[in-house]
Amino acid sequence: MNTMTAVNTESSISIRDLTLNFGAVQVLKRMDLEVAPGEFIVLLGPSGCGKSTLLNCIAGLLDITDGQIWIKGKNVTWAEPSERGIGMVFQSYALYPQMTVRGNMSFGLKNQKMPQAEIDARVARAAEILQIQPLLDRKPGALSGGQRQRVAIGRALVRDVDVFLFDEPLSNLDAKLRSELRVEIKRLHNKLNNTMVYVTHDQIEALTLADRIAVMRGGVIQQLDEPQTIYNRPANLFVAGFIGSPSMNFIHGAVKGGKFYAEGIVVDLAGYEGGALIDRPKAILGLRPEHLTVTNTAVAGKTIAATVEIDENLGADSLLWLKAGDNQISVRIPVEDRLNAGTSVHLEVDMSKASIFDAETEARV
Amino acid sequence: MADATANTPAVGIGPGPRGAKPRNAFAPRNIMLYGTLIIVAIYYALPLYVMIVTSLKGMPEIRMGNIFAPPLEVTFEPWVKAWSTACTGINCDGLSRGFWNSVWILVPSVVVSITIASVTGYALANWKFKGSEFFFAVLLIGAFIPYQVMLYPIVLVLKNLGDGISFFTVALGLGKVQVYGTLWGLVIVHTIFGMPILTLLFRNYFASLPEELFKAGRVDGAGFWGIFFRIMLPMSLPIFVVAMILQVTGIWNDFLFGVIYTKPEIYPMTVQLNNIVNSVQGIKEYNVNMAATLLTGLVPLIVYFVSGKLFVRGIAAGAVKG
Amino acid sequence: MADTGISSSSGARGAPGSVATQATLPIARKPSRLFRNLASKIALVPMILTVLVIFVGCTIWTVVHSFTSSKLLPKLDFVGLAQYERLWGNDRWMVSIKNLAVYGTCSMIFSLVIGFTLAALLDRKIRFENTFRTIILYPFALSFIVTGLVWQWILNPDFGIEKVVRDLGFESFVFDPLHSDQFVIYGILIAGLWQGTGLVMCLMLAGIRGIDEDIWKASRIEGIPVWKTYVQIIIPMIRPVIVTSVVLIASGIVKVYDLVVAQTSGGPGTSSQMPALYVMDRMFKDQNLAQGFAASTMMLVAVAIILIPWAYLEFGGKKSRG
Repeated sequence: MNTMTAVNTESSISIRDLTLNFGAVQVLKRMDLEVAPGEFIVLLGPSGCGKSTLLNCIAGLLDITDGQIWIKGKNVTWAEPSERGIGMVFQSYALYPQMTVRGNMSFGLKNQKMPQAEIDARVARAAEILQIQPLLDRKPGALSGGQRQRVAIGRALVRDVDVFLFDEPLSNLDAKLRSELRVEIKRLHNKLNNTMVYVTHDQIEALTLADRIAVMRGGVIQQLDEPQTIYNRPANLFVAGFIGSPSMNFIHGAVKGGKFYAEGIVVDLAGYEGGALIDRPKAILGLRPEHLTVTNTAVAGKTIAATVEIDENLGADSLLWLKAGDNQISVRIPVEDRLNAGTSVHLEVDMSKASIFDAETEARV
Repeated sequence: MADATANTPAVGIGPGPRGAKPRNAFAPRNIMLYGTLIIVAIYYALPLYVMIVTSLKGMPEIRMGNIFAPPLEVTFEPWVKAWSTACTGINCDGLSRGFWNSVWILVPSVVVSITIASVTGYALANWKFKGSEFFFAVLLIGAFIPYQVMLYPIVLVLKNLGDGISFFTVALGLGKVQVYGTLWGLVIVHTIFGMPILTLLFRNYFASLPEELFKAGRVDGAGFWGIFFRIMLPMSLPIFVVAMILQVTGIWNDFLFGVIYTKPEIYPMTVQLNNIVNSVQGIKEYNVNMAATLLTGLVPLIVYFVSGKLFVRGIAAGAVKG
Repeated sequence: MADTGISSSSGARGAPGSVATQATLPIARKPSRLFRNLASKIALVPMILTVLVIFVGCTIWTVVHSFTSSKLLPKLDFVGLAQYERLWGNDRWMVSIKNLAVYGTCSMIFSLVIGFTLAALLDRKIRFENTFRTIILYPFALSFIVTGLVWQWILNPDFGIEKVVRDLGFESFVFDPLHSDQFVIYGILIAGLWQGTGLVMCLMLAGIRGIDEDIWKASRIEGIPVWKTYVQIIIPMIRPVIVTSVVLIASGIVKVYDLVVAQTSGGPGTSSQMPALYVMDRMFKDQNLAQGFAASTMMLVAVAIILIPWAYLEFGGKKSRG
């Protein structure tokens, strides 16, 4: 092994060649990640994809097998968590039950042997930012879930660090509180402009909060991009299927001469924004439900004939489940355009927003 | 549920049963159930009852009547005699000697064994390293090795330990130190044999606390001892109580280690009790014997009746090994 | 701690928006494995010492010395299997084994049956459940010495049950197990069951209570009688608890010592000898150490025979090493 490594000294967090094994299982596989100062990165993926594990490695709570971790230009690969210049917020809040809110927030500072006056000043400032001053002398047991999570954020805040790590901080809260705190975290980020690494399995949180999203599966980052790119140009089949609800429609077929052929379907691929469309015997056409429109008139190469099966009223809009040949297709339509089951319609494809995947490599073309 | 609303006729409008199903407290089934339980309870309670009534009778009354009859004339003479003048061999200062010996054995043994086991359990739950689980597995297997297998070599270990310590104390001019045959030898033995079950108890308890608390502590810069004392200990009172109950009753009731690792002057109460009751010389004074037996059983009985549910939790925790 | 390589070109931060600056820096070397989590390793020293010195070391020491002719002092003059031949040719040992077999079989069967039956009775949502449980479990808190002495007294033919029944008019009634070569072991069994069944009941009750309430609803809807539900549905469902109970009872049986010492001292004659007693007498009374080591090694083998199938059932297939 060479004893020197190239590191991007401008990055806030720089992860090089990170590998983590649990026994024979490789949990993280030679991972690289650069996070710019002030960037909000969301690690997104299904459970077991290694996103929380990666966060724990950054925090120093797990000893890695191989690789390097740099935070603010400092090699912290083997540093203690408290020496890494990070603050962390946990899913279960992890507030020390026997200490007051003030005690919880000042525990880390006391361990640093900071003067009491400085501790008080920092706690007061964090409490003000999070508006938890009235709670300072209460025990965590007397707080609601939302209040607890604010305190947990406050505990990270008083450390006055550049990097915040969030481990699914909102998943123990109910839907309403979750969206409130989501906005709060966003506001906090705008105000402090810290680097934030945020782990979640909730794609709404990821899409709303992130500057960039890292979609993970099986210990590997599948795609690292801005939310809009992830949504519109998913790098592969997994990312395409994981992001978006209801998920993207996948039609199995073949690409031949600039056209996509599936059973009973022929679509002209002109206007597709992606790579060169060489012929592929096995390809998958991915269409998001909102990128299809229902029309009555068939246009050769532009529309897909389908029959309505079910119409689900979602309140704001309506979801239409149709059958086109063997394929099930969902389409989002305005509520007022609802259709009865059995109606035959044509679906117009917006090719500029479609994705084509190679069925073998599962990568986007 | 069984009979609280017994025989209450169903009140309501219209025909058909309404409300709770009527139940009869004296249904044959209930009589069977409670009858069986009462007989069982009598069987279990009887020895305690016999101990009490026998210890309150004079010897003439014991020779005349039957052991189940309550005392006609209550006397506390046997208790006084058992406590202060009953003889074991040449010593005739009663069980009080054994009682205080047991107390002196109990206190350090409980403190040392629980201290070591709690730290061990914490380290095993939160600070695993390669090999720690393996040693723990062997420790648990060790709990099943019959004590008889290890008794003699432990005598040698304690003797050597004494010699080893003496090497330093003599060099420092403090004289020779004995471990085997002393209180501290027995404390070590109790610590060793209490370790598997207590460690399991503490390890499982600490492992059941949210792992994120431990992680938060590390991010906050607390180390091994900082997390133990500042975060874990304040949350662990219940498990310490359970461990105390387990150890107090276990060590108080010990006979085997007391016989082997101590000398007659510091025999614990159980050993002295056995020597008093099963001594072959003299006339048997059954009332004194029963008073002595009760006195010996008193400490664990008080612990048991005071702790109630926690005791059950303790033994259930102690029982679920592996 | 890591040898942190602090960026030498950190001045590059002053140029926002510039292309990422690449600097070549020394990588941190992995710190020595030995000193990572050092506090945790130090904390586990008592456990590791216990495992290595006592559970492994002392056990091997005893097994090795069982192949010698050690008498008063241990010495390493190997005589092959001579001690084992002597052991199996010894009448007292054979009596011990026979007693252990009878006591063990009965104790196992009755403990399980009585324990489960009592648990099922207490599970019937009865009133005073806590009182009944308290009464049935309290003997478990007592020392075996206390238990042995109480039952010695109750079974005393001159004052105890035999006399009470005779006084009722049954002049020829005989119930004197403790003085009968043939029945003495059953006298010990009565006392052993009295002390131990409460624990089994508690475990079983915990197991039964742990079962989903819906099972009962389902069996009621299908009209299965209560006793049948217990036997055919509940028992298979609490298999882990039963296995735990079996292991606990079995390891208790092999260790039984104090109870016999207190109740009969192994008598009359040698008819209530137990292996543990045999070991203790050989080692500490007769100064025939190697014979005691051989006997205790046999006890170890017996435990292994019980334990290995259990471990296989419990952890079968899985590797339990962390």
